[in-house]
Amino acid sequence: MRKLVGLTLALTLLVAACGDDDQMVSSSTPPDAGPFPVTVRGTEIPDLPQRIVSLSATHTEVLYEIGSGPEIIGTDVFSDYPAAANEMEKIDAFNLSVEAVAALDPDLVILSFDPGDAVSGLAALGIPAVLFAAPGPPTLEDVYSEWRDLGTATGHNDEVAALIEQVSSDIAAILAQKPETVRAFTYFLELDSTLFTAGTGTLLDSVFGLLGLQNIADPADGPFPQLSPEYVIGADPDFVFLADTVCCGESAVTVAVRPGWNQMTAVINGDVIELDDSVASRWGPRLVDLVLTISKEVYGVG
Amino acid sequence: MTVESSRRLPVLLLSLVGGVLLVALLAAVMIGPVDLRPSAVFLEIFDHLPLVDVDSGLDARQAAIVWELRLPRAVLGALVGATLAVAGAAYQGVFRNPLADPYLLGVAAGAGLGATIAIVAVGSGSVLVPIAAFVGAVLAVVATYGLGSAGGGRRTGTTLILAGVAVAAFLTAAQTFVQQRHAETIREVYAWILGRLGTTGWGDVALMAPYAAISIVVIVLHRRLLDVLAVGEDEARTLGVRPERVRTAVVIAATLGTAGAVAASGLIGFVGIVVPHTIRLLVGSSYRAIVPMTVLGGAAFLVLADLVARTALSPSEIPIGVVTAFVGGPFFVVILRTSRRGAQ
Repeated sequence: MRKLVGLTLALTLLVAACGDDDQMVSSSTPPDAGPFPVTVRGTEIPDLPQRIVSLSATHTEVLYEIGSGPEIIGTDVFSDYPAAANEMEKIDAFNLSVEAVAALDPDLVILSFDPGDAVSGLAALGIPAVLFAAPGPPTLEDVYSEWRDLGTATGHNDEVAALIEQVSSDIAAILAQKPETVRAFTYFLELDSTLFTAGTGTLLDSVFGLLGLQNIADPADGPFPQLSPEYVIGADPDFVFLADTVCCGESAVTVAVRPGWNQMTAVINGDVIELDDSVASRWGPRLVDLVLTISKEVYGVG
Repeated sequence: MTVESSRRLPVLLLSLVGGVLLVALLAAVMIGPVDLRPSAVFLEIFDHLPLVDVDSGLDARQAAIVWELRLPRAVLGALVGATLAVAGAAYQGVFRNPLADPYLLGVAAGAGLGATIAIVAVGSGSVLVPIAAFVGAVLAVVATYGLGSAGGGRRTGTTLILAGVAVAAFLTAAQTFVQQRHAETIREVYAWILGRLGTTGWGDVALMAPYAAISIVVIVLHRRLLDVLAVGEDEARTLGVRPERVRTAVVIAATLGTAGAVAASGLIGFVGIVVPHTIRLLVGSSYRAIVPMTVLGGAAFLVLADLVARTALSPSEIPIGVVTAFVGGPFFVVILRTSRRGAQ
């Protein structure tokens, strides 16, 4: 398979090298593409992209959802959803080689992590690259604005508008079913077993907040604080959400045997909820799944 | 401090440092992000003594915070601090090199590689992580020893240190390579490398205690021989001491202790340098006095550093390795300046 991809790639490059570029570009311009060039997050994209490399798992999910799938020719190692994202050339986004990306001959690169300023490196090669910088959007509105930027960059504006419409109405429908409670439930969201969590100013904090849940990490500084074990036990949250089930193998069973955790209300009541790491840590269309899971587990509705 | 005071066994200073350790331990169990009445904490610990049954007034959750989190963490801090500090002093003694620290012979790099491989293969929560770190640390020192005599010549302090540099560089490269191939575990590896005391409560204490005991006892028993070695290898030989034998025994003890410490708490830097040198400035250059003082001083230092790590940004934690360097560095400079001024 890998050899085949390599061969195809070599042929593509050969064609690109000796042929004229216009023959490469398919003429099936989507009706909503709008006028190019466009400028997205400071990067000018001259033509409607036909060969996209997505080096961000979240944005890969969004690109497939808005119909950019056929144009995606390469993804990073974390882009594992949808399954189609695995069936192509894989790039290591953490040790990004500008040359390896350029070898795929993309006309648009999407990044979310760029310590080595690959954006400039790619620009020097005439490849437009758009960076959606860490730590990610803090609210749903910012999420939608990232999605709109992706739509603009890839010429899928109408699909993005439809997706946002769908997602926001789905989430609104779930929120509408939330029952009144005497007091707000509290929760602890675990990102790894050393008790890193998502606090104030993160999307997760605001999504849980929409569902009427109070984060025990709110008094801590910074978006991703590491909490003290005794603080988590002392705060005694009503719910514990584990976003480290896949990466680190944590579960309701493993947290129950941690020192002191067997005294926590959430552990005693069986309110330790195992989330899918990638659903909880990305802000693609599966945000609806996350909201639905939380609502079902906490309120039994959704 | 004057020269005369270093000749006597510094009983007064020893009990002073012991007192600081006791106060540090008490503070560590009484202070934390969760507010508990100090008297209740005291009664709760008292209640766990055999034949004692008192009501501390704490609920089950608060009692668990005292008995399953704070106390084992303070004890682990004391064990790890004492071990790293005394191992540092021992290395400085046998290698006659003031910059020697417990990680000198590749322990840190070997443990780092072992832990990284285990985290990548089975996850950060696995019991295999400390075991792999321990094995990696010991293998690294064995490799250093092998390499140190590979030239065919005698295994001197210098050849061992150079071999340690080579082994550490090689293993660090291997560790970085494995880590970069598995970027998804970078945060866990990083957290481990920065060092952290006790997330498994008494389990870590049980893991650490035998290694701390072995290394502390062996090094304390060798403290007079360290004084002889300090004069020089040839001089030591004329006094009937076999430098290589002493060095091997002390290095094995220090390595086992350090390997146990990194397995239990990750890589906590600076303790093995700052504590022995501070003690040296207080009591003079005799290992007879330095070694026991370093055991107590190292324990107190790390317990206090962890107290800062837990409470400075409460309810967040600061990696303890950051605290030891951040607090220890300036503290060391102050001690150095004061002692210079005192000597003039």
